[in-house]
Amino acid sequence: MTQINFTNLGSAAAAEKKRLAGYKAMLMVCTGTGCVSAKAFSLLDTLKEEVSKHDLDKDFLVVGTGCNGFCGQGPILVVQPQGVFYQRLKKTDMTRIVEEHLIGGKPVEDLMHRELSSNEPIHKMDDIPFFSKQKLIALRNKGLVDPENIDSYFARDGYAALKEALEKGSSKGVLAEVKTSALRGRGGGGFPAGVKWASCIAAVDKTGKEPVVVCNADEGDPGAFMDRSIIETDPHTVLEGMCLGAYAIGAKEGFIYIRKEYPLAVTRLEKAISQARDRGLLGDGIMGSDFSFDIIVHRGAGAFVCGESTALMASMEGRAGEPSPKYIHNVESGYKDRPTVLNNVETWANIPVIVEKGGKWFAAIGTGDVSKDPWGGSSGTKVFSLVGNINNTGLVEVPMGITMREIIFDVGGGIPDDREFKAVQTGGPSGGCLPASLLDEPVDFDTLTKAGSMMGSGGMIVMDDHTCMVDVAKYFMEFLKTESCGKCNPCREGTVTLYGILDRITRGEGVKGDIDDLERISRVMEAGSLCQLGATACNPVLSTLRYFREEYDAHINEKRCPGKVCKDLITFTINDECNGCMVCAKRCPTNAISGEKKAKHTIDQNECIKCGICNDVCKYDAVNVE
Amino acid sequence: MDVAKIDAILKKYNGNPDFLIEILQDVQEEWRYLPVDLMRHLADELGVPLARVSHIATFYKAFSLEPRGVHEVQVCMGTACHVKGASRVLDAMSRELGIGEGQTTADKQYTLEAVRCVGACGVAPVVVIDDEYHGDLMPDASAKLISRHMKEGAR
Repeated sequence: MTQINFTNLGSAAAAEKKRLAGYKAMLMVCTGTGCVSAKAFSLLDTLKEEVSKHDLDKDFLVVGTGCNGFCGQGPILVVQPQGVFYQRLKKTDMTRIVEEHLIGGKPVEDLMHRELSSNEPIHKMDDIPFFSKQKLIALRNKGLVDPENIDSYFARDGYAALKEALEKGSSKGVLAEVKTSALRGRGGGGFPAGVKWASCIAAVDKTGKEPVVVCNADEGDPGAFMDRSIIETDPHTVLEGMCLGAYAIGAKEGFIYIRKEYPLAVTRLEKAISQARDRGLLGDGIMGSDFSFDIIVHRGAGAFVCGESTALMASMEGRAGEPSPKYIHNVESGYKDRPTVLNNVETWANIPVIVEKGGKWFAAIGTGDVSKDPWGGSSGTKVFSLVGNINNTGLVEVPMGITMREIIFDVGGGIPDDREFKAVQTGGPSGGCLPASLLDEPVDFDTLTKAGSMMGSGGMIVMDDHTCMVDVAKYFMEFLKTESCGKCNPCREGTVTLYGILDRITRGEGVKGDIDDLERISRVMEAGSLCQLGATACNPVLSTLRYFREEYDAHINEKRCPGKVCKDLITFTINDECNGCMVCAKRCPTNAISGEKKAKHTIDQNECIKCGICNDVCKYDAVNVE
Repeated sequence: MDVAKIDAILKKYNGNPDFLIEILQDVQEEWRYLPVDLMRHLADELGVPLARVSHIATFYKAFSLEPRGVHEVQVCMGTACHVKGASRVLDAMSRELGIGEGQTTADKQYTLEAVRCVGACGVAPVVVIDDEYHGDLMPDASAKLISRHMKEGAR
């Protein structure tokens, strides 16, 4: 293995660029987890076979990439550098793409994405509305690199920022750029990274202890998967970011704490670390400089609270992940009482670009004036996972300050099945649900917090009018009561009590005074919990009460569920549209549906368990839910 | 207790108690649960109190003190999946397997779990069977999937 140093990084990149330029095109098959669930690996194998069968190996390179982002349309294949985008592929489509497009020179239109209104095929990926409004920094290499090949990252000028920093020999220069960028932590808290790093350096000067850098890849927020995606797509950008951070604060040791629920990400991360070590980009004397740094991976074992910094560090020491009071900050005394810089995956992924292009360039993107104070706005871009009841589901990276309406309706293509938008949930279990009246607000750290939600790690779950907001609040409280570590009273008892009240309301047993109790208990949890998990646990309740109070009232006063979700408050009946096709009767798990062929069916209410399968399988809108 | 197997796991982590959680994950994978005598052995070998081992074993969701089934059926309960009907998917799986959430079938073949977000939100609702992801899975399709899996397993 050639060791990379200051002089040969450029030639390694050039050699790989030249090799890739030798191909007529590269066939980039998405092998992120979403596409893998739609059998992308077997598609990749078939495509490789087809290309070989036609003796095209010299002309076309088949690459398995990380997540393309447009997960709802998987499996996905993009022909680069032309940028032809194919979606929802089956094995048999591979032959067509090879024969019609690669050999025949005619792209296969019926496998392309289609314009929502005109139904016209869109030839180029960049012209698809889902992609055209995005601005890629953290996700800049998505779909363009092979995550399991470090040379592929070199060809995208990977490790060039690290080389430049080490060559200049100025760790202060790295810190200065990060400070100027005003980059705020992408994991949820939004704490300025530059300020954190500077405090850590001060703590090292004071205590003389060896600092460490840590990457939080515990992404526990349900509905968010950008960190997983970045690691599965472009693991070296995280490693390079961490190297730069370590260089800036003088750390020799780094850790990545990653959820074991992300097996593909763990594999790709470990492969990337081992390749970086083999090429002299981790370990002693990186690139021949006097900077030494290495990274160890810790796997989490399933506990949401471990995303909290003190719990995460306890877990990294091989203990139960229970938070500690933050009288002393991690930057002074974190992992094993050493000064510790903890940033999440997306934050680290931004660092190489900031160092390369300069903090000023980054700060110019986004909202507010951050030239004097990083808290003055939200600079850069943010990756969101746009999911739920939305046409275009997937990962998007957009500039801070874009409105929610632009994200949901322009990028996301709006709500499917002609339903109405009801709410968007941001910030995970610590966040809240925002209504249609706030759609034109800019998306940044401070606006979301003011609205009673938060940025969180970037989950954006869109909900249509068939969603029950009381049920959503109950869902989060069920999550939080299970995930509460139990160490402090307000959180442990508060989440259970709130859940109990919400559960009663959804069962139609709500009583007057329930809403007051919800609010009162929420305030106690906010004021008295040990960590932020407990202090923000009431947000899903408070935000739904603030914006969707009428739904609580309907459940409590009228015993009615406006979203038609709460089982105890709805009934399923069959209307006159029924033509007696018998599909629902066959699929009903309790045989509650009866009726002759070609005649209207009926549902026996005593047998019906309200599973909703009849409604799912009916093609004639013949099932009423009231 | 297969001492050789445990020693191999301990060696992989240089007997470093910082990696206790990873060590227990490997044990869980090998034995499908954490036998008490094995936890005691690990505590001795690593020089940590048994209380710390059992604290971890009961704190994190990856661990079980009872043997889990040969196949693990995980229904994702993330927010995106919830909005798209994950609780109905869990009900369908539960009916099909004849067990409740967190339970294992009498023949020790299947364990049904409701899990936190598995990060495949773009293709919600999601079910993971033995690390294989199945996306866009509505209740009816999920019932068909597991009944097919059970038939194929029996063959």
